[in-house]
Amino acid sequence: MAYVIEGETGKWEVVCGLEVHAQVVSQAKLFSGSSTAFGAEPNTQVSLVDAAMPGMLPVINAYCIEQAVRTGLGLKAKINLFSVFDRKNYFYADLPQGYQISQLYHPIVGEGAVTIDLPDGTSKDIGIERLHMEQDAGKSMHDQDPRRSFIDLNRSGVCLMEIVGKPDIRSPEEAGLYLRKLRSIFRYLGTCDGNMEEGSMRADVNVSVRKVGEQGYRTRAELKNLNSVRFVMQAIEVEANRQVDLYESGGTVVQETRLFDSARGETRPMRRKEFAHDYRYFPDPDLLPVELTQEYVEKIRCGLPELPDEKKERFIAEFGLTPYDAGVLVASKRASEYFETVARGRDPKQAASWITTTLYAVLNDKGLEIDQSPVSAENLGRLLDLIADGTISNRLAKDVFFLMVDTGKDPAAIVEEKGMRQVSDTGAIEKIIDDLIAGNAKQVEQFRAGNEKVKGWFVGQIMRATQGKANPAVVNELLVTKLKG
Amino acid sequence: MALDIAAVRQIAFLARIKVPDAELESLAKELSHIIGWVEQLNEVETEGVQPIYSVSEMTLYQREDKVTDGDCRGKVLANAPDRVGGFFAVPKVVE
Repeated sequence: MAYVIEGETGKWEVVCGLEVHAQVVSQAKLFSGSSTAFGAEPNTQVSLVDAAMPGMLPVINAYCIEQAVRTGLGLKAKINLFSVFDRKNYFYADLPQGYQISQLYHPIVGEGAVTIDLPDGTSKDIGIERLHMEQDAGKSMHDQDPRRSFIDLNRSGVCLMEIVGKPDIRSPEEAGLYLRKLRSIFRYLGTCDGNMEEGSMRADVNVSVRKVGEQGYRTRAELKNLNSVRFVMQAIEVEANRQVDLYESGGTVVQETRLFDSARGETRPMRRKEFAHDYRYFPDPDLLPVELTQEYVEKIRCGLPELPDEKKERFIAEFGLTPYDAGVLVASKRASEYFETVARGRDPKQAASWITTTLYAVLNDKGLEIDQSPVSAENLGRLLDLIADGTISNRLAKDVFFLMVDTGKDPAAIVEEKGMRQVSDTGAIEKIIDDLIAGNAKQVEQFRAGNEKVKGWFVGQIMRATQGKANPAVVNELLVTKLKG
Repeated sequence: MALDIAAVRQIAFLARIKVPDAELESLAKELSHIIGWVEQLNEVETEGVQPIYSVSEMTLYQREDKVTDGDCRGKVLANAPDRVGGFFAVPKVVE
């Protein structure tokens, strides 16, 4: 369903394009041999190159180029065999060079697309305009001292990929799906860890609004440095509503950079006037162009893992999953691996259902990721085996599962230990039924008079007598035969 | 192309160079001369000539992805006018 803002003068739609900064997974920085590890003591992962001491020269890290190309291939994008680094000039305390080395005129990756799956079951392509490589800046801390800002250059010079999306996004929800999908692709590829809390993935969002049916785009505002999917979605909603109110009260939107204040739920203009968009880009004379060969690109393409879209198609075709279940399972590479371990040689739909409902409920509740699951894929598989061979019923299996969550034990051991084996022994069940029929003549009569509901009461009594361990199929069959006399 | 005083003032601001107002006019003239001199290159016929990025017969040298540098905070901070703990300290940047 289309996202529409009901204004006083009619219906408005929102137009968004995202620029995502993704930190490349590498040992060393883009142009120096310093470490990229997160969380080190301030300024301990800084070389004289990163600190921009006079006379230092950048030397490019081959693996960062490879990672950018790999990401481009994962975004089904055109790889440019010729790309050039430019200097983007501006002054800021955490940018010791006085410029950022980036790629403006000749980026390493051109147009591509990311497919998002909408909740109504349809999917939509969000266009990628380009992907380029650039240096990250250092980190400023403004709240430690009344008169000074503190600067840590550990992040200075780490390789970023900036992924510029086309203005194809029409709702906060689509923006959220797009970011999650990008993150999933990065993680499958191993090119960015996608950890937004640690800042290894950040988004700038361009937002404008227009009347439904209107052609062309109106003036946009840019919301900078959003570091969670939730904030991106909230910021778009808040900013779009602000713009609608502005237009409807006779105002106009000005092109500017704004900050989203999540605590107040508002956006406001940034005061940093020096960020006037005059970066005086020019090719960096310290670096030669990056020239790649088609063979190099093909070699990386051959090494690509199965990506979420392909895996989803395979799960649907090979395992007969619904597109929805397949989509949920491939969203995380580890979840898809977990599923395949459980599903192999078993009923895949049953495996999918246990994972996406029962297991996910537990993980959400405990705030765990699937690779931290207290129930291993192997053990969940064994549990399904116990259901399949009739050792336990589905209902008992739930109880066994929760004991597995608490203890991490093998399900067969739990069943033995707790005596939870399902009673399929017809003799034992028949005896219970006979006793019930003998002792409850009134209910038997009601059933024979056509009151089917009474059957449920009998089933309940049998389950109570067996502590829920009677095989429901066996109970049903025997009970009906005997009640009918 | 001739630069006017306003353009020179803007360039000076972007480069964080303090230029007294009295010098703006002569600076505008000098810079315009330099641009005019470089502009002569436009007269050369370059139709069909591929742009070059370097005159050296080299391709971009690439480094292996190995940690070989850093861990020299003493050197990095040695010339800092002010520092606190392991940080550079600079006049407060107002967000």
